[in-house]
Amino acid sequence: MIEVHKLTKQFGSKLAVDELSFTVKKGEVLGFLGPNGAGKSTTMRMITGFIPPSSGDAKVCGLSIIENPQEAKTKIGYLPESAPLYPDMTVSSFLSFCAEIRGLKKSAAKDAVERAIETCFLSSVARQSIDTLSKGYRHRTCLAQALLHDPEVLILDEPTDGLDPNQKHEVRQLIKRLGKDKAILFSTHILEEVEAACSRAVIVDRGKIVADGTPAELIAQSDTGSLTDLFRKLTTRDTEAAA
Amino acid sequence: MSSLTIYKRELRSYFGQPTAYAIIVIFLALSMGLTFSFGNFMRVGDASLEWSFFFWHPWIYMLLAPAVGMKLWSDEQRNGTIELLGTFPVSMWSAIIGKFLAAATVWLAALVLTFPIVATVNYLGDPDNGAILAGYIGSLLVCSTFVAITMLVSACTRDQVVCLIVSVAICVTMVLCGYDDFTREIGKAVSPGVVEAIVSIGVWDHFRSLNRGLLRLQDAVWFTSFIAVCLLGTSTILSAKRS
Repeated sequence: MIEVHKLTKQFGSKLAVDELSFTVKKGEVLGFLGPNGAGKSTTMRMITGFIPPSSGDAKVCGLSIIENPQEAKTKIGYLPESAPLYPDMTVSSFLSFCAEIRGLKKSAAKDAVERAIETCFLSSVARQSIDTLSKGYRHRTCLAQALLHDPEVLILDEPTDGLDPNQKHEVRQLIKRLGKDKAILFSTHILEEVEAACSRAVIVDRGKIVADGTPAELIAQSDTGSLTDLFRKLTTRDTEAAA
Repeated sequence: MSSLTIYKRELRSYFGQPTAYAIIVIFLALSMGLTFSFGNFMRVGDASLEWSFFFWHPWIYMLLAPAVGMKLWSDEQRNGTIELLGTFPVSMWSAIIGKFLAAATVWLAALVLTFPIVATVNYLGDPDNGAILAGYIGSLLVCSTFVAITMLVSACTRDQVVCLIVSVAICVTMVLCGYDDFTREIGKAVSPGVVEAIVSIGVWDHFRSLNRGLLRLQDAVWFTSFIAVCLLGTSTILSAKRS
């Protein structure tokens, strides 16, 4: 459902993403691993149509994000890394706004908002103004926004970042559950998350894929049987990169 | 359709917070204060409102209009919500139009609330209400132009204060250029051709004829093309920033 073909992004002289290609099928949860600055967020921003790629293409449900951006965007639910929200709105008015802009009609929008609030455990804060919320709630509000239109493809940039262990567990369970009939691409640098929620994982370093496989396969690649060691072996530490 | 959704959200944000009220109250206080003090409204015995009332509007707008427009895109960029807008299935254009119209609506509300002065001149004398209407149209066009300029500036920066200062500087220049006392002084130093060029970027020439009740096509074209150029520029800057 997500087909990424030779996606490249160049910022000035810096090559952020280097001819990246991969696919995510329906029912698959792909974990996108890599150190900070490896090009994970940039890749996701290109697939969601926020920034145009320098070259290459990404297709979502067969629709090219370059040739057919409007339609491709209707298939995607996206949680950006910083979980941005309009602080002056309440949780439910924000979600209603997102549902309306996604083109959901009155009653459908109302149902969608209620469903998303329930799925993301937001009912206790639904009427609260967003700028009074704690980080965990904000994050889940933004996640709820991505689920509103029941998209076929979910792209989540660090969905568990800033959550407490309980919330992390809930979000992982949610991703696993949603992954049964959607294609999910999510980035993280918490390695346990891969085993907990992914059906497949790729490790990206400096804009290139350096490892690809199921969590079990990746662990087998490591000499010590630990994902952390494999990660450390394959990726560049920023202290090295600077040197 | 999506313009309307964004328009409603922006309007709710203006009126859900003190912003719009503060600006409207200050505008009413200043415009009435100037009309009755320096405008000599009671003494001149002129029912046209041209000099006593409308004359002050560009001077007030040059300081206050940027306060309405400054958050339009700078907030969006600072909160990161531009990433949501950019990945919703809507064009940047509908967002630009929606935001511009919302800011213009705040000014429309402010202008509508000056109705007591119209009632007063109708009670005291026998004014040409057509000319007054033309004056209002001219006034709305001037502040819409200033709002469009502010919107263009706000696309360039994520800092509202920078946006405010730069837009006020531009608006002040546009009010001064074309103001007779100012151009007369400039005229002593430079050739008439240069003065003409300076006058042409000022708002007075176009505002004044409307103010006299003259609806000239060239003024309508000047204002609308100025606004259109600013909106186009906003869209260009926003897409350039993303790539």
